[in-house]
Amino acid sequence: MARTVTAQRKILNTALSWTLAIIIFFPIFWILVLSFKTEGDAIRTPIEVLTSAWTLESYSIVQERSDYLKHFTNSVIIALGSTVLGIIIGVPAAWSMAFVPSKRTRGILMWMLSTKMLPAVGVLYPIYLIFIELGILDSRTGLVVILMLMNLPIIIWMLYTYFREIPAEILEAARMDGASLTSEILYVLTPMAVPGIASTLLLNIILAWNEAFWTLNLTAAKAAPLTAFIASYSSPEGLFFAKLSAASVMAITPILIMGWFSQKQLVRGLTFGAVK
Amino acid sequence: MSTKHSRSLARIMVAPAVFALLVWMLIPLSMTVYFSFKKYLPLRGGDLGWVGFENYSRFLSSSSFWPAVGTTIFIVGSVLLITVILGILIALLLDQPIWGQGIVRIMIIAPFFIMPTVSGLIWKNMFMDPTNGFLAHLWRAVGADPVQWLSHASLASLVTIISWQWLPFATLILLTAIQSLDSEQLEAAEMDGAKPIGRFFFIILPHLARAITVVILIQTIFLLSIFAEIFVTTAGAFGTKTLTYLIFQRVLESQNVGLGSAGGVYAIILANIVAIFLMRIVGKNLDN
Repeated sequence: MARTVTAQRKILNTALSWTLAIIIFFPIFWILVLSFKTEGDAIRTPIEVLTSAWTLESYSIVQERSDYLKHFTNSVIIALGSTVLGIIIGVPAAWSMAFVPSKRTRGILMWMLSTKMLPAVGVLYPIYLIFIELGILDSRTGLVVILMLMNLPIIIWMLYTYFREIPAEILEAARMDGASLTSEILYVLTPMAVPGIASTLLLNIILAWNEAFWTLNLTAAKAAPLTAFIASYSSPEGLFFAKLSAASVMAITPILIMGWFSQKQLVRGLTFGAVK
Repeated sequence: MSTKHSRSLARIMVAPAVFALLVWMLIPLSMTVYFSFKKYLPLRGGDLGWVGFENYSRFLSSSSFWPAVGTTIFIVGSVLLITVILGILIALLLDQPIWGQGIVRIMIIAPFFIMPTVSGLIWKNMFMDPTNGFLAHLWRAVGADPVQWLSHASLASLVTIISWQWLPFATLILLTAIQSLDSEQLEAAEMDGAKPIGRFFFIILPHLARAITVVILIQTIFLLSIFAEIFVTTAGAFGTKTLTYLIFQRVLESQNVGLGSAGGVYAIILANIVAIFLMRIVGKNLDN
């Protein structure tokens, strides 16, 4: 609904928008600044912080603590593993519901969505117990499975809404031309489905990366991803502004960049297609 | 294209997903219900037999229950109010032609991608720390005494942190909805002499009604289970214990599984009440 406005209005709107954007973004900007300072400088007044010397010291300290890399690796494996596993299970399901809908499709979709509404804390102890029984407490395998299950409804819903946009006529045309089911899937559908699958992958990696209930409650030293690693800084003795900032910057940067690329998918994915 | 062959194939393709979610739902859920009728203290005697509905009534009558309900309602309600109102205003602003729209958008959306433990700790230490935090410096600069944010204004502080995280979500969805508004309708109203406020209340707001409902419902579901933000900031102290946090403490900290499970069942019922409304809207969308 963009309309033409006077230059004066545009200047005013621009100034207002930028002010708001700077305020909202400020906390992130500020840890970026603090992460390049020494511990001593990081706790000075804002002006002194800005004018003090810049250093990479905090990054090298955080990096040297070998466990940072370990937690980062855990995050990557858990986020990627759970998402890829979810896509592998989700694609065939969404595919068949979009192209061969039956009377039950609607019911199944709604039921899948309802599993997403289950509050995690309500099943915390059973999951905890099952994990101990299976010996997967504080293991990456356990988290991959749990986060896959958490995100599977979103994965299937997103894929479903994307697949539904692929016109069925194209499939019929391919079949008329004598394409087999395999070649139909491989050469006709897959190329059209790739953008949807990619967006789904992206958004769910972000969600899994930032998940902070199961990752905090089901891990200890071994499998803890970055969410839990950062949480260990919440104790008073861990209060080091510069190091905490550096660790935070390193934990959020990859996902922030991915997030900016997935703005549009975010709306579709998190509203289950209710807002497009 | 629905031959018998493709139908049975379709069923096989859905099966793994349905099976996985069915197991995920049924097994833990029935265990929670089972435990909720037991006196079960893993560290103090284990399974001490059936107690009927005692856990349910004890959970409700415990001195921390009603404060936890109050805290939950306060946090969810305030965050919803702040994010929806600010979200609408920012979305309206971003819909206008401005210079550097792309960058502004990116900056405003950023907080949503910050992991909850990081945003909790950024705010707790770098901003709300009463001696070295940014706000303390700011307060001192204007001659005021720094505030002990997380102990003296604990709920307001948490609401700030959580709103900061969720404002981008509301803004993004409302902006998407505004952009789908037909501009001719607005122009017609403008020509008919409708004032900006009138245009907002009679055209834009009704158009946004559905998006606002969706934002409220989805955020409510997520906000009811807010955990990490409290875990790393106040750990439930200073009146910030929500229902979710109370259940977490009962189950894992004091290891009273029966009592915690009864609380869990309450939480599930509560979440389902909200979910029913959300599902209705989503379901309507599925039909067209």
